[in-house]
Amino acid sequence: MSAKKLNLKDKYRLLTRDLDWDFSYEDRKDAFPFEEFEGIKITDWDKWEDPFRLTMDSYWKYQAEKEKKLYAIYDAFSQNNGHLNVSDARYVNAIKIFLTAVSPGELAAHSGFAFTGRQMGGIGARIASQMQSIDELRHIQTQIHAMSHYNKFFDGFDEFSHMHDRVWYISVVKSFFDDARSAGPFEFMVSVGFSFEYVLTNLLFVPFMSGAAYNGDMATVTFGFSAQSDEARHMTLGLEIIKFLLEQHEDNVPIVQKWIDKWLWRGYRILTVVAMMMDYMLPQKVMSWKEAWELYFEQAGGALFKDLERYGIKMPDYTDLIKAEKDHLSHQAWWTFYTNSQATAFHTWIPSDEELDWLSEKYPETFDKYYRPRWELAKEMADKGERYYNEGLPQLCQTCQIPMIYTDVQNDPRDIVYRSTKYQGERFHFCSDQCQHIFEDEPEKYVHAWLPVHQIFQGNCGGPGGLEKVMDYYKLDVGNANMDYVGSPDEERWKNWKGVA
Amino acid sequence: MATQALRADYHGDRKDAEDQFHGAILVYINWDKHLFFYSAKAFPLDPNMPFAAVLEHVIGTHFCQHPEYKNINWDTVEWTLNNEPFTPAMEKSLAENGFDHKCLLRFKTAEASNFEAAGI
Repeated sequence: MSAKKLNLKDKYRLLTRDLDWDFSYEDRKDAFPFEEFEGIKITDWDKWEDPFRLTMDSYWKYQAEKEKKLYAIYDAFSQNNGHLNVSDARYVNAIKIFLTAVSPGELAAHSGFAFTGRQMGGIGARIASQMQSIDELRHIQTQIHAMSHYNKFFDGFDEFSHMHDRVWYISVVKSFFDDARSAGPFEFMVSVGFSFEYVLTNLLFVPFMSGAAYNGDMATVTFGFSAQSDEARHMTLGLEIIKFLLEQHEDNVPIVQKWIDKWLWRGYRILTVVAMMMDYMLPQKVMSWKEAWELYFEQAGGALFKDLERYGIKMPDYTDLIKAEKDHLSHQAWWTFYTNSQATAFHTWIPSDEELDWLSEKYPETFDKYYRPRWELAKEMADKGERYYNEGLPQLCQTCQIPMIYTDVQNDPRDIVYRSTKYQGERFHFCSDQCQHIFEDEPEKYVHAWLPVHQIFQGNCGGPGGLEKVMDYYKLDVGNANMDYVGSPDEERWKNWKGVA
Repeated sequence: MATQALRADYHGDRKDAEDQFHGAILVYINWDKHLFFYSAKAFPLDPNMPFAAVLEHVIGTHFCQHPEYKNINWDTVEWTLNNEPFTPAMEKSLAENGFDHKCLLRFKTAEASNFEAAGI
């Protein structure tokens, strides 16, 4: 009798399951010590469905092929002075933010998936996590290589690694990943694997990669194409972890719901910078933040949550708030960075008249009423030789660590949202109910947040001795990397290369 | 709610406790409906400082960039401290005025403004 012929799925299952073993002289719980403390119940790891079926030798082969092509393009880009083909040197400031804020996040994700890849009891999940871990390491490496060419010609790229651990606006992304990595393996998977890599991924990836394509940035575009197949695998892993957890035990449902609520919020908050990048930093615009949110979350996300309803999962209750914020988010963010640009490692500028008109068209309910007047005032001040740099340091949200810039968009968008709570005698402040709720749920995680503004006041950032010491501590190249694009060395070099006055 | 941790006694070390600021308290200050300032500003202040000195040397130097700052009638300003209505005693210290660590001071002005609709 001939043996039953296996399909691809079953073949892969057998291959990976064979990599596991029964523990005959040690307690399995000692081998996987983090599996239970989160309250997640796994009854049968055998129900894990491999989200993709790559053997190690296929993985290496495909990834190596991609690398060969990728680096060939980077070489060509570099040899042919590809930086001269970007739409305008203002654009390059978008990728300064990418390198300082996003790329180190890839390294953190690598670390987190390596941990998860060790701690999960199911062999299929471990293998998938290990591959993702290597993918993320690949991503930071290839992003650094993509941007390294720009580092030769533009300010603000050189200290990305140093800045990630110190600078006030970059701590926001660091804190997201610190929060995720200090959680257990299941929460990590829901936070990064599902909430970020599945639900929100298009809202990070598409703006930056399309932004690059529309603005002549071949290096970043090529990175994007090269990462796409990795991201496809990440999405399938994120989706599988969610389905698996929800199907394993009904007790997992409220835990997973809590994590979805928390991590979609934290992920959304860091997308504040993407919103402003799309609306204000791309000379050739792709689409507005509002349009991106409508497409990639309200439509796509809506369909996803409809699907998850059968497990008892609900759409987070703050999606109406996010919908209301989309008319304001990018404008409030760019104003923050514009007015604080003495302390940013990238340039900012007043939008051109054409750009102001584009913003009016894309944001008919809010731009002309609330935000155009700010730019008119800023222009007046700049024309008088008093380009506005806001004195002093901001109040930060304890949870998301972003300056508390968010306003009460559902009632009066001119009112900043102030929330606070007292925990064991100490007061903590938040930008929103959601950040407050995250804190109150697990306060011991957030009471020891390294908040840049408070650390500066404690004298831990090069001080005491004023903000010049802080800039040194940041290794922020004052006079070159910071302040307005107009009058910057970046602008001067660009004009020379392009032969314009 | 309790932090989900491997050890029941897990706790974080308080990085921003009052004793970390060398005798100062943190005070956050903002001018309501004036989003010219993107958020409230944070200051480490000596709790023995008289309120009048805060008005002149802290608020006076950090909010004066607004073109309408000079129009403010300080006699009609409405203050809140930690979201409660507050009437400052000018010559008394911050501590005597009820300022505590990480308190929030907000002021609202009544003057007509060219930027009122936009909240700048």
